[in-house]
Amino acid sequence: MSNASKIEVTAAPELKLPIFMDNHSTSAVDLRVVQAMLPYFTQHFGNAASRNHSFGWQAEAAVEHARGQVAKLMGGDAKEIVWTSGATESNNLAIKGAASFLKRQGNHVITVETEHKSVIDACKRLQREGFDVTFITPQKDGIVTPEMITAAMTDKTILVSIMVANNEIGVIQPIEAIGAAIKAKNPKCLFHTDAVQAFGKIPFDVEKAKVDLASVTAHKLYGPKGVGALWVRRKPRVRIDPIIDGGGHERGMRSGTLAVPMIVAFGKACEIAGEEMETEAIRLRGLRDRLHRGITAKLSETYVNGSMEHRLPGNLNISFAFVEGESLLMALKDVAVSSGSACTSASLEPSYVLRALGVGDELAHTSIRFGLGRFNTEAEVDFVIDLVTKSVERLRTLSPLWEMHQDGIDLNSIQWTPH
Amino acid sequence: MAYSDKVIDHYENPRNVGTFKTETDVTSDEVGMGLVGAPACGDVMRLEIRVKDGLIADARFKTFGCGSAIASSSLATEMIKGMTLDQAAEIKNTQIVQELNLPPVKIHCSVLAEDAIKAAIEDYKKKQAKA
Repeated sequence: MSNASKIEVTAAPELKLPIFMDNHSTSAVDLRVVQAMLPYFTQHFGNAASRNHSFGWQAEAAVEHARGQVAKLMGGDAKEIVWTSGATESNNLAIKGAASFLKRQGNHVITVETEHKSVIDACKRLQREGFDVTFITPQKDGIVTPEMITAAMTDKTILVSIMVANNEIGVIQPIEAIGAAIKAKNPKCLFHTDAVQAFGKIPFDVEKAKVDLASVTAHKLYGPKGVGALWVRRKPRVRIDPIIDGGGHERGMRSGTLAVPMIVAFGKACEIAGEEMETEAIRLRGLRDRLHRGITAKLSETYVNGSMEHRLPGNLNISFAFVEGESLLMALKDVAVSSGSACTSASLEPSYVLRALGVGDELAHTSIRFGLGRFNTEAEVDFVIDLVTKSVERLRTLSPLWEMHQDGIDLNSIQWTPH
Repeated sequence: MAYSDKVIDHYENPRNVGTFKTETDVTSDEVGMGLVGAPACGDVMRLEIRVKDGLIADARFKTFGCGSAIASSSLATEMIKGMTLDQAAEIKNTQIVQELNLPPVKIHCSVLAEDAIKAAIEDYKKKQAKA
């Protein structure tokens, strides 16, 4: 009999468990951001749309200040920011709003298979309403080239939606080259980008990327959940139909009372990111590479998913062959990470992003996404390396596939019984 | 998802892990092996039984799969020990579901364990028929 019992990895006393290493899902709010937003709950609690008293004026001034802070981080103008409840709403507003407004010009929309669900599903909604949607399959490294986009464009194409950086694999698209290519082929075709994961992490500039619409959210860059923005180009003016009607707030594009404290917080988070992004990116890349090196030094048969070169500094998405992802997550219960394994989703399908890259289902089931962020430390990374390597080794002693691999059996030669 | 204490116990201390192939006192004609599932589906179980005097004297398993799959197969090895082949063949996945408090989304793990038991018995019987 083999011993495959739980392994013990002791954490240094200064280490606080559990460790959060899932910063693509969300992030802790920076205390400086919390400080900035607090007065807007109890002191300056006015409605920014109240034009006839000082409470309203104060709230409006704070909102306008935040508009400038958010716009500045993407090289845009304050007047171009439309506040939303978050990136899912921003993506829906951009895609459905643009398609609705432009439906007389054409009925073709282009996006990529690896986009966030809020882009994919908004596009699928358009399909049901009669639009033609092209879902481009990226290269094996997750990247889409400008040529792939322009080849798909027709004279009916009204909108292209491509993210800056991917939420699962962290792969960064050549967004500036893509924007240039789209506009060279058809200046009237709108270009939307979901910039959520990249915003405040790597340089992103709406002018350099020639985008018309850009979705961002606060909670991925150490701001609160529940507030986002859609940047809508003014020169030349981009028009979209609203999906929420009401009091005509946000230049008619998004009605509803503004969440002033959240907006103030979003602004502050962007200001901090603007100041610290460069040094933070260097630090995170260092930690990420340390994590990658530490894992691969001790474990064989690990595969990084997506381009390592064009990747967000804090992202590592790696498959541990022959070890199912959810069982590994169970071993890593002191570390918050996520997996592309089917078992972690309700659908029992492995990650559609990894599938689009051509990663086989058997490897997709073994993938783990690490998302390093502002508050992770080197000591945490070292603990995670130790825990991951020992857990993978234990689970491999439990894995019939690992044993077969060690015995030189080609797993493809076996007649499996899919269920 | 929250796991039941029993799943965690089997996951952390799996019983009867391994293979009879590497155990020198076991002869291959005593052993039946069931290999079920598929890597592409995210779970593969291999269950081995060692039969002596018509009874399952011992069992071994290895599983690639989630914690519930590991626990289901670990529990299966414990359940079948001491049973006749007919008794073991009667084991239903619902017994495993009950014992481990598996949620609906994990029922397929118990089905796989039931299949593995049946496949191992089948394999043993085939070997005996040939001999």
